[in-house]
Amino acid sequence: MISIPWTARIALRALKVNKMRSALTMLGIIIGVGAVIAMLAVGTGASRQIAEQMATMGSNLLIILPGSQTSGGVRTGFGGQTTLTLGDAEAIQRECQAVQDVAPIHNGTAQVVYGNLNWSTGVMGTTGGMNDVRDWPVGAGRPITDEDVRSATKVALLGQTVVDNLFGGIDPLDQIVRIKKIPFKVVGVMAVKGQSVMGQDQDDAVFVPVTTAQKKLFGTSFPGMIRQIMVKAKSARDLDPAEKQVTELLRQRHHIGAKKDDDFSVRNLTQMMQAAEQQTQIMTLLLGAIASVSLLVGGIGIMNIMLVSVTERTREIGIRMAIGAKTWDIRLQFIMEAIILSLIGGTVGLIAGVTGSQILSVVAGWRTIVSPFSALLAFAFSGIVGIFFGFYPAYKASLLNPIDALRYE
Amino acid sequence: MKLIEARGISKIYPLGEIELKALDSVSVTIEEGEFLAIMGPSGSGKSTFMNIVGCLDIPTAGQYLLEGVDAGKLGRDELAHIRNRKLGFVFQGFNLLPRTSALENVELPMLYNGVAVKERRQKAYSALKTVGLEGRENHHPNQLSGGQQQRVAIARAIVNRAPIILADEPTGNLDTHTSREIMELFQKLNGEAGITVLLVTHEPDIAAYSRRVIRFLDGRLVSDEKMQ
Ligand SMILES: Nc1ncnc2c1ncn2[C@@H]1O[C@H](COP(=O)(O)OP(=O)(O)OP(=O)(O)O)[C@@H](O)[C@H]1O
Ligand SMILES: [Mg+2]
Repeated sequence: MISIPWTARIALRALKVNKMRSALTMLGIIIGVGAVIAMLAVGTGASRQIAEQMATMGSNLLIILPGSQTSGGVRTGFGGQTTLTLGDAEAIQRECQAVQDVAPIHNGTAQVVYGNLNWSTGVMGTTGGMNDVRDWPVGAGRPITDEDVRSATKVALLGQTVVDNLFGGIDPLDQIVRIKKIPFKVVGVMAVKGQSVMGQDQDDAVFVPVTTAQKKLFGTSFPGMIRQIMVKAKSARDLDPAEKQVTELLRQRHHIGAKKDDDFSVRNLTQMMQAAEQQTQIMTLLLGAIASVSLLVGGIGIMNIMLVSVTERTREIGIRMAIGAKTWDIRLQFIMEAIILSLIGGTVGLIAGVTGSQILSVVAGWRTIVSPFSALLAFAFSGIVGIFFGFYPAYKASLLNPIDALRYE
Repeated sequence: MKLIEARGISKIYPLGEIELKALDSVSVTIEEGEFLAIMGPSGSGKSTFMNIVGCLDIPTAGQYLLEGVDAGKLGRDELAHIRNRKLGFVFQGFNLLPRTSALENVELPMLYNGVAVKERRQKAYSALKTVGLEGRENHHPNQLSGGQQQRVAIARAIVNRAPIILADEPTGNLDTHTSREIMELFQKLNGEAGITVLLVTHEPDIAAYSRRVIRFLDGRLVSDEKMQ
């Protein structure tokens, strides 16, 4: 049988004879592969973005909100029923083994004034536990201490955005800002955190002791009221036990009967993020599938051209058969042509796809990532398209009767 | 030794209502080393016979044996193998691959039986030398005269040292002078290399180069005579 390199040479020569036609046939594959790669790049970029935001949220995080998650029409939804207290937070810290740290949160919006500048921002009453729970260290100065919480001191930590908007070039440490007209001493500046999953600027925030927020800033509708509790489990494996322990403890503390619904809800942020990530993955697949259709169309283009080529070269096939070409010699020759068409198309398509993704990220501002896997996939796929769509014309050619082929006009 | 043996072979083409008997119970035996001319009017079945002998076509009825092997019992690839090793074709229309140099055209049969590149090249050169085409190795068919193209085809037929050459009106497209050169080449191959030559022709002058002439008429073998 004829060797593969020679088959490739013969195929290349045949393709060179019809340069324009070969190029146009490749174009179908180029567009197909390019589209698959670009679409996968957009999808991968999106899920990478989510993953990174997930990391900034803090890991192994549970959020406990007042009100039931399974609330029906009667309930007013999250926050409608304020049932969580600072005592709950302390109890969780004390009693739940799977929990590493707890941050009670009592927040609201307020105007922060420094000198003649003012800035409206979210003010979060919390404890020093917040730094650990949200993996968000203090950049300069000190965190909120237990003593601050105990005595409801008027100290504040500022997010970088607040610092930028109120302090220009001045060092904010030990300066006095007014929150709701009450003077607070700035004891620290938080490290830069970046955007949240929802696209919010997390650095646009001020942190004060939770007790100060309760007593001086936002008040409470009942003693010890807080708006939410953030809990960090000891590890990813401890997330489920932590959720169970917290639920049990709070039901006990809130005196909820066995058949009654919780009057709070525990949300597993990691799970929520994973759900979001899954959605982007589905989107990626969908985009990829749509793009694959163009690859399919490209493949059909190859098949079409190969069929024409077989007809045009019937005499050549006859000559080759007369001097001893076997069934697979003829088949390989045409399959090789199809493979070469689609692999060159695949390579150019790969370049087009990578360039296209870069253009997309510059022009549309989308984050795009070309993973080696998707490149490999598109490339392999184009090879398979070549074999698949090249086979039928090759098969047809190989079954020609030698004498009929030789006589073909 | 019986190289080629036809036992009552017929080739029938169904043409609507009627059947066309392109070959009608032809029986003939051809020995190794013969130089045989096939004559007959147009449409008498000469080419049909040659194609069956060349394993390019199969008879509708009867048996065709090549070196004692029944070709009717062989598969496509086995027939291809026989064509490659035992048979060399020379056609009236040359049937060279276009846009392919003389050298590569001659190399073609060896491409299909795994001869190494170097040996292939060297054999193709020497075959082209045998047919007197030294220096034309890199010419493409459209850069060669009809006679030269036919020489390339002959070089291609002998390059594999096939013991049989089948030539269907090899001089049909050539002038008298060139025809004579081609026939002398066949004669040389037959005489010096002992290659069996089967040749279809309309012209008695050409047939005169052979040592045996068989004649067809309406698909039947009507005469078989030795020449002096
Ligand atoms: N594929 C075919 N289908 C139908 N009839 C055919 C076919 N091939 C050949 N024939 C018929 O068979 C008969 C013999 O044809 P063949 O080609 O053998 O003649 P020939 O002796 O070679 O003629 P010429 O000298 O003109 O080449 C002719 O009548 C021809 O029409
Ligand atoms: Mg004929």
